[in-house]
Amino acid sequence: MAIIERPAAVPATVDAVAAPEVVTPTQALGAFRRPVSSTGWKSWLFTVDHKKLGIMYGAVSLFFFLVGGIEALLIRLQLAAPDNTVLSADQYNQMFTMHATTMVFLFVMPMAAAFANYFLPLQIGARDVAFPRINALGFWLFLFGGLFLNSSWLLGGAADGGWFMYSPNSSALFSPSHGIDFWVLGLQITGIASLIGALNLIVTVLNMRAPGMKLMQMPVFTWMVLVVQFLLLFAMPVITVALFLLSFQRNFGATFFDVNQGADPLLWQHLFWIFGHPEVYIIILPSFGIISEVLPTFARKPLFGYKFVVFSGAAIGFVGWGVWAHHMFASGLGPVSVAVFSVATMLIAIPTGVKIVNWTLTLWGGKLWFTTAMLFAIGVIVLFTIGGVSGVTHAVAPSDTQQTDTYHIVAHFHYVIVGGAVMGLFAGFYFWWPKMFGKMLNERLGKWNFWLMFFGVNLTFGPMHILGLQGQPRRMVVWPEKLTGDGFFDMHFWNQIASVGSFVIGLGVLIFVINIFWTWKKAPIAPLDPWDARTLEWITASPPKEHNFDRIPTVHALDEFFHRKYEEVDTADGPRLVKVKSAEEILAEEESHADAHIHLPSPSYWPIVLAAALPIIAYGVIYNLMLSVVGTAVLLLAVFGWCLEPSVADDSDYDPPAGGDSTKELATLG
Amino acid sequence: MADIAVHDVDHAHTDHGAYEDHAPHATSTGLSNNKLSMWLFLGSECLLFGGLISTYMLYRGRHEAGPGPDQIFDIPLTSVSSFILLMSSLTMVLAVNSAKRKDDRNTSLWLTITALLGALFVGGQVYEFTSFYHEGLGFTTSLFGSSFYTLTGFHGVHVTLGIIMLMVVVFIMQRDRITGDKAEVVELVGLYWHFVDVVWVIIFTLVYLIPS
Repeated sequence: MAIIERPAAVPATVDAVAAPEVVTPTQALGAFRRPVSSTGWKSWLFTVDHKKLGIMYGAVSLFFFLVGGIEALLIRLQLAAPDNTVLSADQYNQMFTMHATTMVFLFVMPMAAAFANYFLPLQIGARDVAFPRINALGFWLFLFGGLFLNSSWLLGGAADGGWFMYSPNSSALFSPSHGIDFWVLGLQITGIASLIGALNLIVTVLNMRAPGMKLMQMPVFTWMVLVVQFLLLFAMPVITVALFLLSFQRNFGATFFDVNQGADPLLWQHLFWIFGHPEVYIIILPSFGIISEVLPTFARKPLFGYKFVVFSGAAIGFVGWGVWAHHMFASGLGPVSVAVFSVATMLIAIPTGVKIVNWTLTLWGGKLWFTTAMLFAIGVIVLFTIGGVSGVTHAVAPSDTQQTDTYHIVAHFHYVIVGGAVMGLFAGFYFWWPKMFGKMLNERLGKWNFWLMFFGVNLTFGPMHILGLQGQPRRMVVWPEKLTGDGFFDMHFWNQIASVGSFVIGLGVLIFVINIFWTWKKAPIAPLDPWDARTLEWITASPPKEHNFDRIPTVHALDEFFHRKYEEVDTADGPRLVKVKSAEEILAEEESHADAHIHLPSPSYWPIVLAAALPIIAYGVIYNLMLSVVGTAVLLLAVFGWCLEPSVADDSDYDPPAGGDSTKELATLG
Repeated sequence: MADIAVHDVDHAHTDHGAYEDHAPHATSTGLSNNKLSMWLFLGSECLLFGGLISTYMLYRGRHEAGPGPDQIFDIPLTSVSSFILLMSSLTMVLAVNSAKRKDDRNTSLWLTITALLGALFVGGQVYEFTSFYHEGLGFTTSLFGSSFYTLTGFHGVHVTLGIIMLMVVVFIMQRDRITGDKAEVVELVGLYWHFVDVVWVIIFTLVYLIPS
C-alpha cells in the first residue's frame, strides 16, 4: 500500500512573505484531473514511479529475451544439419534479422534501462528521476515500438536485411514486403524512448544526487549508466537520420540509396556504424557497472582502483566514437582510413584491459563468496576476455579481411554480448532481486542457471571460431555437406555442437524463469542486507517504499552504506574493520528521522496515450496516410493533455480527507 | 516544460521541515533540470543536423536528372528570409529580457513578433519549395533534390515547432497558467529558437553560399 501525500496548504505558521511565489498546485485549464490509484492495474498503467517502470521495463525485456531466444534456437536448428530445411531461405533471413534486432533493441538495451531506472535514483539517494512522466513515456514507447516491430510477423513477414540493414538490400526492389518498413518505424519509436530516457537520467545524475555525494563518490553502476546515456544522447540522432533517409526512400520515393541515380552505398554504412559502434558500448557498459558492484560486495573488499574503472569506462565511451569504420574494412575505404581505424580500435583494448585487471585485482586477496551473482560476474570476466581477445584480431585489418562475414565474427560478438552483457545482467538479477522484491532468488536453481549458461555459451560460440576460420559464411541458410572438412575441421561436428550448446543456454534460461516463479510463490522473505552490500540503495526497505528514503541520506564516502556499517578499530594486529551497526539499526535510525514533507509526482494518464499515438502514425505511413492523420490527432490531444493537466491530483480525489496536522498528512489510496 | 509543475510543488514546501536543506530546486549543478535537459537535447540535435548536412554535402553535386544547385538557388530571396530569421533571434532576446524584468506585456509582444518573423521565414521556404518544384526539382528527381528537401525540410519543421512553442507560451502566459519561473520557460524556448537559427546560418552558408 503506497502513501501519497495530499497536497498540503502552506501552514499558517509560515510567514506569508517567506512563502515562495508558487503555492497552489495549478488546476491548469481545469480540463483534466490526475489519476490517484496506487494499487491495482491502474496504478501500473498510469504510474510515474521509477521503480514500477523499472519492473515493467524488466518484465517486457524478459519477454522479448524469450522471443529472441526462440528465434536463435530456430536458427541453430536450421544449421544443425547440412542442407537443412527447417526454415526456408526467406524465413531464415527474417529470423536472424529479428533475432539480432530483438536482442539488441528489445532485450539488452531496455533490460539495462530497467536496472538504470530502478537503481540509479536509489544509488544516488533521490526520490525519483528528474522527469517522471517522461520516464513513463519512455517505457510505453519501448513497449509499443517493440510490439509494432514484431507485429510485422503477422503482416506479411518481418524485416530480412540483417540488423545492419545495408543498402541496396534494404530497398523495395530487394525486400518488397513491409518488413523493413516495420523495422525502420519500430526502431524510430524505440529510439525516441532511448533519447528521452538519456536526457532524463543524465539530468537526474547531474542534478539530483544526495547531499554530499560528489561525482567521484557515485557507485560505478551509476557512472557507467551515465556514460551510456551520453552515448545514447549522441548516437540516437545519427541512426534517426539514417532511418529517416531509408523510410523516405521506401515510402516516399526519395533516392538516397538508389545506385542508378549515383547514390553512394557507403553512406548508409557510415551512418549506421557511427551509431552502431557506440551502440556496442551502450550494450556492454551497464553490465560492466553491475559487475563492478557485485565483485567488491562478494570479494568483501573495495573495488580495486575505483577511479581507473570509472575513467576507463568514460574512455571507452569516448574512443568508441572514433572506431566505427572497423566494421567496414572490407568495403574499400582506402589504406589510410583503414590504418587509422585499425589503430583506434586497438586503443579501445587499453581501457577495457584496465577494467579486467581492476576486477581481477578486486578478487585478489578477497574473502570470496561464491553466490550466483558472483559466479555470473566472474563468468563475465572470463567470457568477455575471450571475446575481447578475438576482437583484437578483427582490429588488425589484414586478419579481419579473412574473418569478415564468417562465423569467427559471430563467435566474437556473441562472446562479448552474451558472455559480457547478458551474463552481467544476470549477475544483476541475482544481486538485486532481494532489493526489488524482498525475496532472494533460489541459489540452488541459480547455480544450475549459471553453469548451464556458462557451458552453453562456450559450447555454442566456441566452435564458431573454428567454423569461421574454416570459412563458413555468416547469414547463409545452409552449409553444404560436400564442403565439410575432416577431423578437427569437421564442419558437421562443430555445427552440431553449437546447436546442442544453444539448447543448453535455453535450458539455463528456462531454469531462470522457473526460479522467478519459485521465488514468487515459495521463497521466504529476504533479510534486509543479505549480501553485506556497500551502496546507498541498501539503506532503505526491501522492496523500497514508494518515496525510496524516509530521510534522504547524507553521503560522506564512496560505499557510504559500508562505511556506516563498519569502522576501523586499532587492534594488536593493526587496524581491523569491525561491524558497528547492522542494516536494521541504520534503517531504524533513518526512519526515526523521517522527512516531514515528501512530495511525489502524481500519476498521469498521458504518457501511455501519447506513446500509443506513435504506432498508429507508423501503421499509417505503411498502409494509409489517413491513419497517420488520426494518430497525429491522438498525439496532439495527448500533448495538450500532458501540458494542461494539473501538477498534482485534486484534493477531493483522495480517499477520506483526514483532519489534524495538515503538514504531515498522508492519505492512503485504494 | 512538462514537469515544471511537479518541481514547483516541491518548491512551495521547502521552507520548512527536514527536507529543506536538499530541496530538489537546489540542484547539484546549479542549473535547473529543465534548462540542463534543454541543453542536452540541443547537443543531441547537433548530431541530427550533422547527419543531414553530411548527407546533403555528399549528394549536392549529384543531379543527373533535373536542375542542380547553381541553376535554381535564388540567393537574394533566401538572404532576405535568412535575415528575417536572424532578426527573430534579436526579438527573442528582447522577449527573454522582458520576461526577466517580469514585464509580461512586453514579453508577450516580443514573443508574438518572434513567432511572426519565424512564420515569415517558413512562408519564404514554402514559396521557395514551390518555385523549385515548378523549375523541375522534385523530392524524387535526383539525389540533390532528395537531400536538399530533407535537410531544409527538417529545419523548416524545427522552425514550425518553435513557432508553436512560442504561441503556446504566449497563450498560457496570458491566462496566467505557467506554474513556475516564467522567465525560465521563455528562456528555454529561446534556447531552442537560437539553436534553430544557428543551424540555419550553417545551412545557408553550406547549401546556398558555397558553390558546389
